[in-house]
Amino acid sequence: MSDSSLQHLVASEKTPGTAKFPSFEVSSEIEAEAEKRIAQFPVEHKRSAVLPLLHIVQHKFGYISAEAIEWVAGKLELEPIKVCEVVTFYPGLRQSAPGKFHIRVCRTLSCAMGGSYELMDKLCELTGIDRSKQDSHHHPIAVSPCGNYSVEFAECLASCGTAPVCLVNDDFHEAVAPEKAVELLAKYPAEDS
Amino acid sequence: MKIEYSKPPHPREHRLIFKNVDRVGWDPSIECYINEGGYDDLKKALKMEPSKITEEVKQSGLRGRGGAGFPTGMKWTFIPPNNTKPVYLICNCDESEPGTFKDRYIVHQDPHQLIEGMIISAYAVGANTAFIYMREEFPEAAIICEKAIEDARAKGFLGKDILGTGFDLEIYVHRGAAAYICGEETGLIESLEGKRPYPRIKPPYFPAALGLYMCPTIVNNVESLCHVKHIIRMGGDEYAKLGKPRNTGTRILCVSGDVKNPGYFEIEVGKLTMRELLYEVCGGPKDGREFKAVIPGGSSSKILRCDEVFKLKNPDNSEKDLSFWDIALDFDSLAACGSMAGSGGVIVMDDSRSMSWVLNNINAFYAHESCGQCTPCREGSSWMKKISDRLVEGKASAEDLETLEQVAYQIDGRTICAFGEASSWPVEAIIAKFREELLEDTSESNSGVAHNPEAEAQRRFLIDHDSFPA
Ligand SMILES: Cc1cc2nc3c(=O)[nH]c(=O)nc-3n(C[C@H](O)[C@H](O)[C@H](O)COP(=O)(O)O)c2cc1C
Ligand code: SF4
Ligand code: FES
Repeated sequence: MSDSSLQHLVASEKTPGTAKFPSFEVSSEIEAEAEKRIAQFPVEHKRSAVLPLLHIVQHKFGYISAEAIEWVAGKLELEPIKVCEVVTFYPGLRQSAPGKFHIRVCRTLSCAMGGSYELMDKLCELTGIDRSKQDSHHHPIAVSPCGNYSVEFAECLASCGTAPVCLVNDDFHEAVAPEKAVELLAKYPAEDS
Repeated sequence: MKIEYSKPPHPREHRLIFKNVDRVGWDPSIECYINEGGYDDLKKALKMEPSKITEEVKQSGLRGRGGAGFPTGMKWTFIPPNNTKPVYLICNCDESEPGTFKDRYIVHQDPHQLIEGMIISAYAVGANTAFIYMREEFPEAAIICEKAIEDARAKGFLGKDILGTGFDLEIYVHRGAAAYICGEETGLIESLEGKRPYPRIKPPYFPAALGLYMCPTIVNNVESLCHVKHIIRMGGDEYAKLGKPRNTGTRILCVSGDVKNPGYFEIEVGKLTMRELLYEVCGGPKDGREFKAVIPGGSSSKILRCDEVFKLKNPDNSEKDLSFWDIALDFDSLAACGSMAGSGGVIVMDDSRSMSWVLNNINAFYAHESCGQCTPCREGSSWMKKISDRLVEGKASAEDLETLEQVAYQIDGRTICAFGEASSWPVEAIIAKFREELLEDTSESNSGVAHNPEAEAQRRFLIDHDSFPA
C-alpha cells in the first residue's frame, strides 16, 4: 500500500537499531489510543492530533516510517505530505530506528560547562559508537553496531542547575558527570541480538 | 505547621509557587493537595464574577514569567469584547529557553497547583477548553499531569458544570516534539493545529484575538498561571505588596553554571541584588575562581560583565552609576541595564570560561532552532555559528568578528518573531563587551580578507549588484 513518492520523502534507512523494534502494524490498542487523542479536538480540527498520533507510533515502533505516515494521514483525512512535513520538521521525530536505548545528552551552555561533551565522548567510547558522521541537522543520531544504544545531542533539557543531564528513552538523569557514564550504562544492559 | 524540605529553601527565599517543591511527605496526588486546602481558591474564584478575577489579576500587577514580562491581567482584556467564538486557554509548558528550569518542578511535583490556576484563569477569560503544551522531553510530567487532570475531573473540578456553577472546562496535555520555537506563542499555536510551528506575524495574529483555530486564545506560562491562584487567595492588592511597584510578586530564579550552589530560588521580585543572589544565596564562585559574566534571563538576554558599571538616568534626568553587583533582580532594573529579566534563567560564568567558546555554544543553539521561515534568521543564525566555529578553532580573522557583528545587527528587528532578537542579542552583547578577548582568539595569520569566504562572497555580490554602500 505504500506510496512510493512518500518513500522518497522520508529518509527511513535501516540501522542496527531497526531489529530492536516491531515493524509497523496497527493493533486495536493503537486504534483506540488514536481515537482517544482525536476526540480531544473539534471534529473540523482533527489535524491537531497529528503530533499525538505520531508520538503513539514513535513510542511503539521507534521511528516513523512512510507506512506510519500514511496511516496517520488516513486517520486525520490529510494529504500524506501534510504529515510528512511535520515529521521532517521536528527534531523529536525520527525517520529511522534509534538504538534500543536512545540517549539524549544536553549540549547547551550550562551542561556543556558541566562536561556534557566529555560525557558524550565517554558514552560513545563505551558503546562503540562513531559520531564522526553526525551533524546537528540531518544526521543527529548515531547507533551502536549492536543496535542497543544510540546517542544524540539535545538542546537545553530544562534542568541546567543539575548539569550535565541526559534522557535515556523516557528516563531523566541528572548530574551525570563524564566519569558516571559507566554507571549510567549499567542501568541499561545490552541484550544479545 | 512546620514544613520540612529535603532541600531546604534559602532564608532569603519567599516560597509561594515552590512551597511544595522538595517538601518531605509531599507527592503530586490530589489527596495530598486537597489536604492542604487545595482547590479552595477555585471555590472562592467560582463565586466571583469572571471580570472581577481579571480585575484582581490586573490589580496584582502580575507580569508574565515566560519571557516578555507582559502584564497578565491586561493580556486577558485583549479578547475582543463582542467575541462570539470559543475562547481557548493555553498553558505554555515548553520550557526551553536555555538556563530556565522552574516549570519542570511545578509539573512534576505540584501539578494540581497549575491545574487550579488554569481552571481559575479559564473561568476568568471564558474558556471551556484549555491545553497544556508540554515539551516532549518531559515524558513523565505528561503522565503526571494527565493523571492529575483525571483525578481533578473525578472530584468535579473539571468537566461539565464544575462544582455546580454551570461552568464547563476540559484540559488536555499536548506534547511537543523537541523544537524550541514551539515556546513562541504563535509557533506553539501552529504546532497545536498540527502544522509546522512557523510563528505567525503580529499584527494581525495576536493570539488574544486570532489564536488557535483563529479564535481568541490566551497563552500564559506555567508559573504565571500558578500565580493566579495565589492572587485569588491573597487578593490583588495584598499580592502587589510582594516585590516592588511594577515588579510585583515572587518569581523563581534558576541559577546554573559556575557557582557553588546552583539551583532554583523563589524570591520577591527585586528584593535581591546580583551580589546577594550570587554570593549570599548561591555561595559565591567556585574555589579559586572569580565571577566573570552573567546571562541574567535565559540565553536570549544580553550578557552582563561582572565588572560593568551602568549609567542610569534619575527621574530628574541626572545620571548615576550602578555597578553590576547592585542591580536589583527585577524586570525594570535589568531592562535599565540593557538586558532583561526574561525567563529567570541566570547563567553564571567564571574566569575559566572562554567567551569565544560561550558564544559558539549559544550560536549552535540558535542555528539549530531557527524555524527557517525568515531569511535573516535562517541564514544569519547558521552564518553566525559558522563564524564562531572558526573563532574557537583559531581560524577566524579580525574581520570575521566584524562580519559576525554585522550579521547579528541585520537579523535583529527584521524577522517575524522574537527569535530574531533572541539569537542576535547574545552575539551583539558578547562582541560589544568582550571584543578584546575575542580578538585575542582571532588569528594574525588569518587576518587576510580572503580568509572569510562568506564575507567575500557577500561583498562581491553587493559590488556586482551595484549596491555596495560607499
Ligand atoms: C523564541 C521564543 C521562545 C519562547 N519560549 C517560551 C517557553 O519555552 N516558555 C514560555 O512560557 N514562554 C516562551 N516564550 C514566550 C511566549 O511567546 C509567550 O510570550 C509566553 O508564553 C506568554 O506567557 P506569559 O505572559 O505568562 O509570560 C518564548 C518566546 C520566544 C520568542
Ligand atoms: S525569526 Fe526565526 S524562528 Fe522566528 S519565524 Fe523567523 S525564521 Fe522562524
Ligand atoms: S543546559 Fe542542559 S539542561 Fe539546560
